[in-house]
Amino acid sequence: MDTAVTTRPCLIDVKGCRQAYHKDANADLVVLDDVNLTLHEGEIVALLGRSGSGKSTLLRIVSGLLKPTAGEVTWRGKPVSGPTDGVAMVFQSFALFPWLTVQENVEIGLEARGVHRSEREKRAETAIDMIGLGGFENAYPKELSGGMRQRVGLARALVVHPDLLLMDEPFSALDVLTAETLRTDLIDLWMDGKLPVKSVLMVTHNIEEAVLMCDRILVFSSNPGRVATELKVPFPHPRNRLDPDFRQLVDDIYGIMTRRPPAGPKAATAAPVSPLAMPLHRVGTNIMSGLMETLAAEPYNGRADLPALANSLQYEVDDLLPLGETLQLFRFAVLEEGDILLTDLGRTYVEGDTDQRKKLFSEALRLYVPLANMIRQVLDERWNHRASAVRFRDELEDHMSPDYAADTLRTLIGWGRYAELFSYDEEAEQFGLEDIE
Amino acid sequence: MSATTNYSMAAGWRLPNVWDLVAFVCVIGALVGVSHVAAGTLTRIDAPGATQITLDPMNLPAYAVRTTLRMFAALAASLLFTFTYGTAAAKSRRAALVLVPVLDVLQSVPILGFLTFTVVFFMNLFPGQVLGLELAAIFAIFTSQAWNMAFSMYQSLKTVPADLYEASISFHLTSWQRFWKLEVPFATPGLVWNTMMSMSGGWFFVVASEAVAVGDNTWKLPGIGSYVALALEEKDIVAVGWAILAMLVVILAYDQLLFRPLVAWSAKFRFETTAGATASDPWMLRLMRRTRLLQFIGERVGDMAAYIGGLRLSFTGRVRSMTSPEPSKAVDAAWIAILLALVSIAAWRVVLFASRAISWADVGEAVGLGLITLLRVVVLMILASLIWVPIGVWLGLRPVWARRAQPIAQFLAAFPANLLFPPFVLFIVYFHLSPDVWLTPLMVLGTQWYILFNVVAGAAAFPGDLKEAAANFRIGGFLWWRKVIIPGIFPYYVTGAITASGGSWNAAIVAEVASWGDTKLQAHGLGAYIADATDKGDMARVVLGVVVMSTFVVLFNRLLWRPMYAYAQRRLTLG
Repeated sequence: MDTAVTTRPCLIDVKGCRQAYHKDANADLVVLDDVNLTLHEGEIVALLGRSGSGKSTLLRIVSGLLKPTAGEVTWRGKPVSGPTDGVAMVFQSFALFPWLTVQENVEIGLEARGVHRSEREKRAETAIDMIGLGGFENAYPKELSGGMRQRVGLARALVVHPDLLLMDEPFSALDVLTAETLRTDLIDLWMDGKLPVKSVLMVTHNIEEAVLMCDRILVFSSNPGRVATELKVPFPHPRNRLDPDFRQLVDDIYGIMTRRPPAGPKAATAAPVSPLAMPLHRVGTNIMSGLMETLAAEPYNGRADLPALANSLQYEVDDLLPLGETLQLFRFAVLEEGDILLTDLGRTYVEGDTDQRKKLFSEALRLYVPLANMIRQVLDERWNHRASAVRFRDELEDHMSPDYAADTLRTLIGWGRYAELFSYDEEAEQFGLEDIE
Repeated sequence: MSATTNYSMAAGWRLPNVWDLVAFVCVIGALVGVSHVAAGTLTRIDAPGATQITLDPMNLPAYAVRTTLRMFAALAASLLFTFTYGTAAAKSRRAALVLVPVLDVLQSVPILGFLTFTVVFFMNLFPGQVLGLELAAIFAIFTSQAWNMAFSMYQSLKTVPADLYEASISFHLTSWQRFWKLEVPFATPGLVWNTMMSMSGGWFFVVASEAVAVGDNTWKLPGIGSYVALALEEKDIVAVGWAILAMLVVILAYDQLLFRPLVAWSAKFRFETTAGATASDPWMLRLMRRTRLLQFIGERVGDMAAYIGGLRLSFTGRVRSMTSPEPSKAVDAAWIAILLALVSIAAWRVVLFASRAISWADVGEAVGLGLITLLRVVVLMILASLIWVPIGVWLGLRPVWARRAQPIAQFLAAFPANLLFPPFVLFIVYFHLSPDVWLTPLMVLGTQWYILFNVVAGAAAFPGDLKEAAANFRIGGFLWWRKVIIPGIFPYYVTGAITASGGSWNAAIVAEVASWGDTKLQAHGLGAYIADATDKGDMARVVLGVVVMSTFVVLFNRLLWRPMYAYAQRRLTLG
């Protein structure tokens, strides 16, 4: 099948793509680094990665909505400048115009091309019927459920008969059952050759979704976003989630995504990394305790397979991996090839009462999160035991985007309060030692 | 950690005394100002200097202080009104029957027309004293501030979340405690915003209300408004310039010292649990939080407020459960009967009064002039929209520009446009232009900015994914305006346009008549009619003019803006 695909005409070709946001006085924040992507006719390709891995940015570069900082993007051999004609996009948030009816929303792309009214209505009707929206033509998006709204988004994209359909996490705002129906409907249409598109590129953070739908998966690593691995999915449609080969591939991808990024040549050339250059995931202490208790109890007894755990907790990769990595940071758990193991320290934590837990957490926080330790040291040195949060955020911003810096600081405030390492005055934006013994 | 970050910390905390000193000077200065004004207020009206003013710019700071204090006195009265009237309307179903429509009509009545009579009323209360004049001026300002504040309070109290209400009942809070612990905090953000808007509206009236002519006497209360009036009489354009400068300084000062901190502070009462866009604290709020003295005062005030709000007072006896007993039908009937009787008496009085002094021809004339003013308002709204909507969209879609433009537009909306009339009048006189056409733009001079800043806000809030979708489907040109951005900003536009058109009606009274020394320019219109009747002391015609204008405004609102607003809310809002 590969050979067949690669001999087909090439739709989009991205070479050496880099996207960076300039930040004054400091090094640029690199979102995408040296990404290559070639897309041929007749394939569905997934960009799979955690949030912040730049996969949505790549999708916008492909669509021509965003111009990359460096690298070249060609569409059917011609360089892309501005929104490409043969590309239509489906949005995570649906992006329907609330003041237009279903029919008008679907027609808007044709209207923009100056398609005649009667032709427009005919094509819209076809697309609406194909995607299962018949009877809803006069409804406004507000009146529809999430699943129906995304069908409108799909119809709107398909009606212009794009060569390439881009989908930005199209099912992640939907509940599990609705998402599954939409996925299978879409794949059925694709297999029957009814989709008026040549190729599909979708962004997702859902591993099973990627394995279920796509022919090829590009796994992204974060910070900066790079293509870590490229995988082919050899199964024919319709695919069975319970098939052992399917499960194995999902397991493998979990393994890839939990692997520590290799300290390759990049690290050697980069400037010495500050201990502060460590973005923290927004993970609460309750959910950490909850996961550790779950791991310690039956049926896991200290070791769990990540996909199985994600399934039973109804968690997506984006929820589970940050949680696992945070536990790993505190040495409460270890991630190993798609499994999570509770450490002895983790067990002690689970068995402790509130005070003991706080003590353990506090120790771990000071040991493994340099910023937490630094804040406490500054507070101890100050005569009034107060310090502004702004300076710590500024320092964080030297190493990460302002959003990450704000998130990291917010997370740290929550952890520090729980550990009773320091207190925080939101209004004055100051750390302090009030009510801390 | 770097050495550079330590310095600011040290400056902020080791030397609080500098800030204390600044605060101390401010407080003493304010006290001196207030006592000076109080002394001026309690003198007799014929005392030397009590109602005379000079065009010496050196006096302007003192005038500015007096004007500002009048504004704040009116604001205090408005707050009192808000907490009583707004609360009564929200709490009592029967009271709401009357209070809400009355408030709605009061909003549309151009009180400016009644100025002469309120002055006479207050002067009779305090014969021969400046206090009467002061109260009349304060009352005029009050009438421009109170209504929207009361409405804001009413609406907030009506929308207190049911779960918080249930929680307050289940913890046995008395109605007094519930009012201060739940309802007032919940209403605070809206109230602060409306207070700020009211303050802007008040300036317009200050200028008109400080210098009043009753019969043959003209009194000028020391203040910026009188200063401008005198400058106009004496054709002193430089003095007008000084007055504008003084006004700029005052508006900038209270905006920075009072409203920015208040708005930032009130954000903590916002009910949404999602973190909104958090702007950095205004410098004044930082000063108050970092200055020991101010912090101490603030804490004491807060403690006292908490104590008073925590008193277990109750006005409705025992704390009742949510399901109050069926309202008594008999009491309802009695209440409606009383109302009907009162309305009948009022109607009878009006008819008696009107039949004596007003003929049908007068009514016809007033309505005819009203139509002319209506035409002006409509043309102005169309012109202002054509100009400001594209500019607002352009600015709003560029975040950097939107951030710059927003405060400027808000400031311009706050600036009393009647101060800017003199240059226009000069222009019209110089070129011998037709007042009927060229006085018209003055009506919208101060109010057009509401359209601009609302459109900027709308365009800035336009969702990014819709922008991307429009770009992805290559929607451009006229189609983009028609199907993408205009529907997107429409709810914001309507909000701005309602304010702008209401303000323009009110402005007609001062904008259709303008003078420069002995030259008097007059346009044909209802505003000029009212102003003319006021000058002549013709009570009947003033009332007629005001009634006709109120009717026009109410009809304009009901037939055009309300349906548009409802449509925008129903169809064009996201989510």
